[in-house]
Amino acid sequence: MIKSMDPQPPPTASAPGTNVTSELAHPRADFLKVTDFNFYYGKKQALYQINMEIPQRQVTAFIGPSGCGKSTLLRNFNRMNELIDGVRHEGDILLNGRSIYDKKMEVIALRRSIGMVFQKSNPFPKSIYENIVYSLRIAGISSKNILDETVERSLRGAALWDEVKDRLQDSALGLSGGQMQRLCIARAIANRPEILLMDEPCSALDPIATAKVEDLIHDLKSQFTIVIVTHNMQQATRCSDRTAFFYLGKLIEYDDTQKIFTNPGEKQTEDYITGRFG
Amino acid sequence: MQTDAPAIEQGGIKECQKRPDLFRVLCWVGAAATVATLAWIIFEIGRQAMPAVQKFGLEFVTNSKWVPNREIFGVAPFLIGTAVSSLIALIFALPLGLAIAIFLSEDFLPLPVRQFVRFTVEMLAAIPSVVYGLWGIFVVIPLVQGFGAWAVVAFKNIPVLNTIFAPPAYGNSMLTASLVLALMILPTITAISRSALVAVPGTLREGAYALGSTRWEAIFGVILPTAAPGIVAATILALGRAMGETMAIAMLIGNSSRLTWSLLSPAGTLAGLLANQFGEAEGLQVSSLMYAALLLVVLTLFVNMVGEAVLRYTQKRTAGIR
Amino acid sequence: MSTSTVEPTDFFSSANAARSGVRSLWSKFLSAICVGLALLTLVPLFSIVFLVLKNGLPLLSWSVFTELPPAAGMTGGGFGNAIVGTLIMVGIALLLAAPFGILSAVYINEYDPYSRLSNAVRFVAKLLTGIPSIICGVFAYAVIVLTTGGFSAWAGGFALAILILPTILLTAEQALLGVSQAYREASYGLGATKFQTIWRVVLPDALPAIMTGIMLAVARAAGETAPLVFTALFSQFWIQSLREPTASLSVLIYNFSTLPFEHQIKMAWTASLVLVILVTIANITAQVVFRRR
Repeated sequence: MIKSMDPQPPPTASAPGTNVTSELAHPRADFLKVTDFNFYYGKKQALYQINMEIPQRQVTAFIGPSGCGKSTLLRNFNRMNELIDGVRHEGDILLNGRSIYDKKMEVIALRRSIGMVFQKSNPFPKSIYENIVYSLRIAGISSKNILDETVERSLRGAALWDEVKDRLQDSALGLSGGQMQRLCIARAIANRPEILLMDEPCSALDPIATAKVEDLIHDLKSQFTIVIVTHNMQQATRCSDRTAFFYLGKLIEYDDTQKIFTNPGEKQTEDYITGRFG
Repeated sequence: MQTDAPAIEQGGIKECQKRPDLFRVLCWVGAAATVATLAWIIFEIGRQAMPAVQKFGLEFVTNSKWVPNREIFGVAPFLIGTAVSSLIALIFALPLGLAIAIFLSEDFLPLPVRQFVRFTVEMLAAIPSVVYGLWGIFVVIPLVQGFGAWAVVAFKNIPVLNTIFAPPAYGNSMLTASLVLALMILPTITAISRSALVAVPGTLREGAYALGSTRWEAIFGVILPTAAPGIVAATILALGRAMGETMAIAMLIGNSSRLTWSLLSPAGTLAGLLANQFGEAEGLQVSSLMYAALLLVVLTLFVNMVGEAVLRYTQKRTAGIR
Repeated sequence: MSTSTVEPTDFFSSANAARSGVRSLWSKFLSAICVGLALLTLVPLFSIVFLVLKNGLPLLSWSVFTELPPAAGMTGGGFGNAIVGTLIMVGIALLLAAPFGILSAVYINEYDPYSRLSNAVRFVAKLLTGIPSIICGVFAYAVIVLTTGGFSAWAGGFALAILILPTILLTAEQALLGVSQAYREASYGLGATKFQTIWRVVLPDALPAIMTGIMLAVARAAGETAPLVFTALFSQFWIQSLREPTASLSVLIYNFSTLPFEHQIKMAWTASLVLVILVTIANITAQVVFRRR
């Protein structure tokens, strides 16, 4: 069982979740909390007894060799795995103190509160504008002012506004690979989600586009909690505050990024980081 | 939701009501209706056919007399007519269709020519049946009449042939209708056979050539045998189409209810019978026609099911080879 | 003493060369036959196209669209009512068949692909494509003509609807299958319901391919005669109501082609020309205009 360390001591004594301003000033250390989580694809177990607490408004990286379960865990946070037949889980995942499997909570509501960016960028075959406002439209919002404002805010947030502000009505599929991925990020943050999940967002991008996305992650961190799955350990060092190392469905080590990469506690972590396998 | 503060301040995860998906219900209704349609067709035709079924039973199939004003109904001539016309059409269409399919899957001539031929065959498929009939009346009938006049004399003393080509040589005859029918099912045979030939893995072809085969040794020895199930499927499906074809046949076959051995005489098919007589039928005749329709449905459904099954089997077989 | 060595084939022996030569020659000969047969197919098509043009063009004029069919033995006239009748009945067929076909395709591809109902739908759709067109007419006759006591455009349209339903369903299913799964994932990830995903992302993306299927179905329905011969029958007059016998291009050709009057036969050719043009336009629209990017 890995215990997480508090990022910093809270300045006041108020409990998280009750006082709005204190919440903004004092991010929760266990904003996303996984307890005794096991996950199965049919008969095959993919995740074993995962326990972790992901702090608010920081970047947490999941690393590990292919097939170790990091993407699986990520996709459980917004219950995307339920789109596959025959999956089941044990244990719980709590978002801001509330179980995401709560019967009273609709999955769609959960997904609207969590943004996801996929490995291969998947903008809709619509205009750039329509891609961003999609999540607003499905929530029933159609006021042009709100939509316009959201588009500008999201594109600025994704560092894409200057490049596309004159062609918002053009098809999103005409953008370059890096631009498409940033558009997907803009689309994911349009709804102001609590958490931004990123599943190897740069694996299909060239180095320049990757650098832009990594800068973006730095900027977004002040507003969003980010969990990023990455194959690229240098990327984890560059971007993340905390890192979790997974292997064969188990969480091996979870600590500050600095510590994981300079002085890992577990031998397996050290072997992976130094490239002895994976 | 749209204020400047982050969402968490509005009380945590946004709630939303889950409404029942009415669209799903609508789609389900559509799907169920589609399945019900086939059942309804068979049920309705069967129901209308009941009086005739009760009166004639299986004799309907063997009786060769169809006399409406005396309420005697037997479809044997039409069943035989359907079978014979379809088979003759296949005899002509299969070699021709196969030749075209081979032509399209090999590179005897450059690609533009092949694309043109393929386009031509697709155009043949798009021409309405009634236009085939019209063309048949003015082009094929004179040809067949000419051929018939010659054949009647040439084969007069040859056994078997003098029955098949017995005088008098009509224009509206089984032969005419079968020839045009062959043309109409040609696209089906060509398209499916070509798919089967093209699906033969390149590795098999290369293997044959590497052993020093000529092109046609490869075709007969390796490619055709591999594609054989697909070609069989093509033939069966084309047969199904031929059995159901109506208008061109009705315009060319003469629509006679007499049983005859000669290809040069008028004949009739089940489909043609229905086309000609439904308009003015009453009472038991309607019921008898419905009985005939039921037979046609069952026959074509059966043939098509077999054809589809063979087609599925062939697709599974070639899927495994790389 | 015996040797167990095998004599190597002498590739350069003249006997071998002769055999190879014959084999190659034979192969070339077969190729020639094959090509000849293939090109032979072009002959009937050219003959049809040529005759339709040659015999149909002379009478092709605006009056064809504006006038009514001539009585037996008379000259002049046109077949405007037949063109209108065909368009109306194809329209009825589309209105009836398209919703059922598309909704069914959505159900079997998006909502419940592996259920028994979906498998049944796929099986039934394949079978329905094999139903002879005359049976569609017989069915419409039983369901509509017998119950309403008369021939009508509704009956004709209904028969055509049964005919094109499986085509629309199967092409719509293919269209939906062609929509990238990534789009659906992105939509669900943003918290959309299944209905919203289908309505806002999947259907719009599949629309061009669905339209292709619809245009192909229209092309087929416009040319069919058998379903109309004893459901909509024919009429010499402009259509007044959908509950009366209605003229159509295909039935007109059928009726006129067997008359002993030269003028009527020429009309049949002209009508064939118009019909073939109509069908070709529909086919080209389907394959070119709605081609996926």
